[in-house]
Amino acid sequence: MDHTALSLIELGAVFFGLGVLGRLAGKIGMSPIPLYLIGGLCFGQGGLIPLGDIGDFTHLASEIGVVLLLLLLGLEYSAAELFTGLKRSWMAGVVDIVLNAAPGAIVALILGWGPIGAIVLAGVTYISSSGIIAKVLGDLGRLGNRETPVVLSILVFEDLVMALYLPILTAVLGGVSFLGGMKAVGISLMVITVVLVIALKFGRYVSAAVDSPDREVFLLKVLGAALLVAGLASAMQVSAAVGAFLLGIAISGSTAENATHMLEPLRDLFAAVFFVVFGLNTNPASIPPVLGWAVVLAVSTTLTKVATGWWAARKQGIGKMGRARAGAALVARGEFSIVIAGLAVAAGAVTGELAALATAYVLLMAVLGPTAARIVEPVARALQRRPFGSKTTASQTG
Amino acid sequence: MNVEVTPLPGIGVRKDFATRNGRRVGVVTHRDGHVELIVSKTDDPDACLASLPLSTDEAGALANLLGAPQLVAQLTEEHRDLPGINTKQLPIKSSSPFDGRTLGDTAMRTRTSVSVVAVMRAGQVHPSPNPDFNLTAGDVLVAVGTSEGLEAAVKILKYG
Repeated sequence: MDHTALSLIELGAVFFGLGVLGRLAGKIGMSPIPLYLIGGLCFGQGGLIPLGDIGDFTHLASEIGVVLLLLLLGLEYSAAELFTGLKRSWMAGVVDIVLNAAPGAIVALILGWGPIGAIVLAGVTYISSSGIIAKVLGDLGRLGNRETPVVLSILVFEDLVMALYLPILTAVLGGVSFLGGMKAVGISLMVITVVLVIALKFGRYVSAAVDSPDREVFLLKVLGAALLVAGLASAMQVSAAVGAFLLGIAISGSTAENATHMLEPLRDLFAAVFFVVFGLNTNPASIPPVLGWAVVLAVSTTLTKVATGWWAARKQGIGKMGRARAGAALVARGEFSIVIAGLAVAAGAVTGELAALATAYVLLMAVLGPTAARIVEPVARALQRRPFGSKTTASQTG
Repeated sequence: MNVEVTPLPGIGVRKDFATRNGRRVGVVTHRDGHVELIVSKTDDPDACLASLPLSTDEAGALANLLGAPQLVAQLTEEHRDLPGINTKQLPIKSSSPFDGRTLGDTAMRTRTSVSVVAVMRAGQVHPSPNPDFNLTAGDVLVAVGTSEGLEAAVKILKYG
């Protein structure tokens, strides 16, 4: 068989396999991300079947997957929504960062991965999966609930933090000095501010530049613009993903809606490749040694996210049940944790163990998150009926 | 009525208000325009008992059901001092011969002396419709006239 034929067969088998896995995930009502990761683990380095000939394609495709993930995230929000979200939820957002980045950073330091490992793992445990969470809220019919805006505005805040965090991460991973790192942060802060102002005041011109009534032309223009901006941002050391995210924010209104509709299938395709490639590059044999730590992180960051949601919802005057729901809704981690770990691994600045830990962690959290959101109500009700002994003593002493 | 408008970033907008007995009723409007009717639970006012997706037609029909009787009640109240004058809602069914034709085609005024004072469509009131107003199935005509005239009008809309 010649090279092209083999590549086509391999690629076809991968996509078909992912399709089967995605269908399986849909049947049992979970996110397909953990199954894609497991699919990737089964192949490649240390897996059952090595994939030789499509490495170049999947590498580039996974990069495009990251760009599209962030572009569509940006398209979801308008600049005005980001500003109001920022104003309404910055305190909850800060609590969120402190509570959820700390466990990752501490575990990385304990494992001796140094400050770079700590920054990476802090990001992995901090960022919730807005994709999984939005889907779960819709599936459970909670969009009309009073705690839902609290959850959504925390997600908006997290996404803005990503826009700051990713350039810092890129700079740190690139091994730049402290001064160089500060410069990168300065540049990215400036770029973000400029883009937000442009999006707010002149968003319709950006939209008009990529808009077209012809579907084909529109698709090529949006995709082309996204890759151009991502490439330029990458060249300026601001991180390709953030470039795409900012472009997404600048495109607004009906153009954004059309672009979302058209790019969604492409995003799903390339993002699936991204998850598989991440799994491919992780040696399954390296997971069991870090599994204990993954469980520790999963348990601790489940509790910290629940605490974050509880606190934020209480501040908005939501009842106890709603606070528990808000907390549990935020638990899911997914695509962006893998994006962060993927950047770190690609830069070669962290150990392979970190990728293994991130994989195991996301596998746990992508399953645990939706489950927590589903079971929180019966659990909270059972707890309300039989309050803890410690709570009664606390009320007696207090 | 104090309708609370809450943006749901990335999803759409929630508009709701508290009823007199403390329940929350409203709609979640998604970005793509589709609407969900929401009703809060009694024991947990933060949560929703139901979140019912409605198509545009269904939302319009529900709005007519809620809006038309109120308009009729209001008009009846205004005509209370005029004995013999009634207000009635006359729905245009899909089987009606006037589905897709104009109000003028019914010749309602000439044949029954009933006047159509408004047309309710998708919860919107179109007051004092012209004879060239196009009727479609699902519209509710609000008509004022004598009891006999209104009965005749019902038959006209049904059978032509």
